[in-house]
Amino acid sequence: MFEYAPAPESRDIVDIRPSYGLFINGEWVEPQGEERHKTVNPATEEVLAEVAWAGEADVDRAVQAAAKAFPVWSAMPGAERAKYLFRIARIIQERARELAVLETLDNGKPIRESRDVDLPLVAAHFFYYAGWADKLAYAGFGPDPRPLGVAGQVIPWNFPLLMLAWKIAPALACGNTVVLKPAETTPLTALAFADICRQADLPPGVVNIVTGAGGTGAALVNHPGVDKVAFTGSTEVGRLIARSLAGTRKKLTLELGGKAANIVFDDAPLDQAVEGIVNGIFFNQGHVCCAGSRLLVQESIAADLLEALKRRLGTLRLGDPLDKNTDIGAINSAEQLAKIRELSEAGEAEGAERWSPACPIPDRGYWFPPTLFTGVAQSHRIAREEIFGPVLSVLTFRTPAEAVEKANNTPYGLSAGVWTEKASLMLWMASRLRAGVVWSNTFNRFDPASPFGGFKESGYGREGGRHGLEGYLAL
Amino acid sequence: MTTPLAEVASSPSTLRAFLHGLPGVDRVGADARAAMLGTRSIKTTAKKQAIDMAIRMVDLTTLEGADTPGKVRAMCAKAVRPDPGDSSVPPVAAVCVYPDLVATAVEALAGSGVKVASVATSFPSGRSSLEVKVAETSLAVAAGAAEIDMVIDRGAFLAGDYLKVYEEIVATKEACGRAGGAQGGRRAGGAQGGQGAHLKVILETGELATYDNVRRASWLAMIAGADFIKTSTGKVSPAATLPVTLVMLEAVRDFLAATGRKVGVKPAGGIRTTKDAIKYLVLVNETAGPDWLDPDWFRLGASSLLNDLLMQRQKMATGRYAGPDYFTLD
Amino acid sequence: MSERTERLSVRKTYKLFIGGAFPRSESGRSYVVTSSKGDFIANAARASRKDARDAVSAARKAFPGWSGATAYNRGQILYRIAEMLEGRRAQFVAEITAVGGVGAKQAGEMVDAAVDRLVWYAGWSDKIGAVLGSANPVAGPYFNLSSPEPTGVVAVVAPQGPLLGLVSVIAPVIVTGNTCVVVACERAPLPAITLAEVLATSDLPGGVVNILTGSAAEIAPWLAGHMDVNGIDLTGADAELAVTCEELAAENLKRVLRPPVDRVDWLADPGIERMTAFLETKTVWHPIGV
Repeated sequence: MFEYAPAPESRDIVDIRPSYGLFINGEWVEPQGEERHKTVNPATEEVLAEVAWAGEADVDRAVQAAAKAFPVWSAMPGAERAKYLFRIARIIQERARELAVLETLDNGKPIRESRDVDLPLVAAHFFYYAGWADKLAYAGFGPDPRPLGVAGQVIPWNFPLLMLAWKIAPALACGNTVVLKPAETTPLTALAFADICRQADLPPGVVNIVTGAGGTGAALVNHPGVDKVAFTGSTEVGRLIARSLAGTRKKLTLELGGKAANIVFDDAPLDQAVEGIVNGIFFNQGHVCCAGSRLLVQESIAADLLEALKRRLGTLRLGDPLDKNTDIGAINSAEQLAKIRELSEAGEAEGAERWSPACPIPDRGYWFPPTLFTGVAQSHRIAREEIFGPVLSVLTFRTPAEAVEKANNTPYGLSAGVWTEKASLMLWMASRLRAGVVWSNTFNRFDPASPFGGFKESGYGREGGRHGLEGYLAL
Repeated sequence: MTTPLAEVASSPSTLRAFLHGLPGVDRVGADARAAMLGTRSIKTTAKKQAIDMAIRMVDLTTLEGADTPGKVRAMCAKAVRPDPGDSSVPPVAAVCVYPDLVATAVEALAGSGVKVASVATSFPSGRSSLEVKVAETSLAVAAGAAEIDMVIDRGAFLAGDYLKVYEEIVATKEACGRAGGAQGGRRAGGAQGGQGAHLKVILETGELATYDNVRRASWLAMIAGADFIKTSTGKVSPAATLPVTLVMLEAVRDFLAATGRKVGVKPAGGIRTTKDAIKYLVLVNETAGPDWLDPDWFRLGASSLLNDLLMQRQKMATGRYAGPDYFTLD
Repeated sequence: MSERTERLSVRKTYKLFIGGAFPRSESGRSYVVTSSKGDFIANAARASRKDARDAVSAARKAFPGWSGATAYNRGQILYRIAEMLEGRRAQFVAEITAVGGVGAKQAGEMVDAAVDRLVWYAGWSDKIGAVLGSANPVAGPYFNLSSPEPTGVVAVVAPQGPLLGLVSVIAPVIVTGNTCVVVACERAPLPAITLAEVLATSDLPGGVVNILTGSAAEIAPWLAGHMDVNGIDLTGADAELAVTCEELAAENLKRVLRPPVDRVDWLADPGIERMTAFLETKTVWHPIGV
């Protein structure tokens, strides 16, 4: 037997302060209220730091700082804005290891992912949009596209720094200024990013970071000084925001939930399909809006595929997220763990068969084993509701048309996967799937040059690529 | 002997239908999986274990036109006792030489437990008649080779003449068993339990070009009776790669499930560092499974790799980085 | 010769346009359309929420076929609509002037502009994908292509005014493959129904455009809240109705085109924003390798 010895990444590289204020107008400031919140390492339940919870007055202060910075920033030649963004991108690369460890500590995701996926994409995103800042006239939005003003941005906890990059990079490139609220359970990399803004000598007020929970987010998106709202998170909250913005002139982009079908045909490259299924639902503990949470497998190969999938699940390594060999980290919060448990229990209660590999669970922290459900029907809650955890629902189909019908039979429309070696079938499927991203013979690939976003209740607007500029420009 | 799935080779069309009915391999996905496994961090005790395992899996190889008995004897000495200063270093699995030097190697390794492998079948090109290939195999086995590393006819494979490739492997396999009377042959371990020489089938994956072809050639060789499937001759670039080895490991895993017969895998060529070797072991561990982590089921065809393994081994023991002057060049 | 009496005119009944047919309102309701001087012109159907529901069903049913048609085919059909509209020029001029407010010359210009607008949009059908789509140079061995796709069923609250505004809001929605349910201008619904007659004879599949006459304030909220409607164009909604509809639209995250801030000059170059408002971007990834 070949057991890998523990290979933990050192956490000495990060310097977490005991307490954080708000980052407004280029300065660390104390909130007006007393309320503070502890952010914990979900793998150990250890308290990492205390962060401020911004109230309405704090949000107002941040929006005013952003509004004050807007004339300067928007009037700056694009080439100069570009250089700031390039500078930020470089600093991120230089501090990548530190930021990866910090992300893993605060979020619970494996260091392999924060190191090999999140951080490279964060830097790439800033590099990509840096290049747009002085080329906006060529982006197809008219000869002189104008920024909108102050962008209020609210991001989730699943890819804290990456979502920050998706929000801030295009906003700044287009000449907007930003007030960003990170998720309450994962504020630390956003606060580190505030330091990076200072390190880059970014003009004060161009980026403001206010920490807090839903109330802070609501204060931000509803602030009359905000011209643009960008939100990534649950469809439930997205709905509330869309409603609250009715009648305003605020531009809104939403990147919300999903219940993606990962469709495997009988002629699929099976070993890669198994990898794609695993990557589709167990990447980042399944805390991925575009996760391939519904496996639709052609009935003729279902038994073989499931056997291969179970064998593969048996090799997944769950545990210390800082261990470089960990595949599955911790669930981000007790609350999320409860939700995953609740839906999994519903799956069993509704008659689906539950399976997990033998998988030791650490004593402390929030953990959920990789789980799959077979015998799932379209009507089961686990086939309809976003679980946002490492839980896969397996359904079968007989014909391509049935696969399309089942895949589209959801209010969501963020992503889908298609596995076949037959190109004409792939293109036929891709054209019929009502989803913003279709991964064919791959899954969960991201790139700053590639637009991302959903159909239907998965939200509107695109992030990434040329398309990602549109949400930050007055057309 | 009965070969599982032999009936698929009853005609060119059934063989073709079977091989082309295997699931395809997506190159990008296979590359990504191999690269991800390449990021596994093998440290401390696991690294120690891996280094010794890798040493025991080495097929120490010399396949040069300039090979001489002297060169082969020197290599055999190294194979038995890789580090003269440290008796805890295990011997390698085998030495691999050209057929005419088998007798020299057999003599040098007598009683050591290190096996003698011989390339055969007009290595490396395989461009000769079947009679010559069979004769060469028989002579090598008669000279005491416990293992035969044959090459497939890549021309026939790429021309779609799978049955020709199949029949050559079957014939070579027969030659391995028929001529198996010398001492080396009896010592052959693994699946055949001492029945004739062990047959490793070199696919020369660098010439097969696609992963689909690698998968088909792997199955073709296994159906024809290969005890091992081996990536490369070392004479064609690219030689062994992680993703090609991944595809072959998937093949032996699936072949066992389909037939109950276990086949070994040998990447060869281009594996020079301990880091590389450990990546291969991780690949085995997480693809075919730990059952394959044994010299009977996994080999590393290499020459310069051994000294790097020894240097890393010494570094782990002493805490100091090692220097090449302290290891023998043979 | 018998005594010559003035001929009694045959009045037209203006009905709804749903699924390619011309039903009366299921409610049986109608309302009187008058000229600006208050003279009776015609009765128009006053659509109900159930008519709106039926229209959404028809639009949904038509969506796969229309969105799946080739862009070339959609362009041909839009051009055909323009041809048919041109052929009915005199009738539209008469209907527009009857409502009052504009003279025959101005009405003629508006009809001409409406025809030209349709021709303009017809040409977009097979070009918008090239303008908005992109082959994205991702950092990896992947083919990555983004292309626009229609949002689905779109509700349209048509602007005030008889024809040009109406054509200017319908054409950009359908040319890209959406289907729609239009709430026509309440005061001047007759050109809308005559337009429906044009649509019905232009090879446009039934259900692609559905036109309801009646009160926008009554019908639009039902469309805004309908869970099988994917987008809503509020161009013709007043401020209060727009807010109501936008709030209702949030329930299933409809794409909302808010009413314009300033009065729209329908004769101006429309730009592509009315098309992009109801387009989704789909990005397809596929590995590249042997």
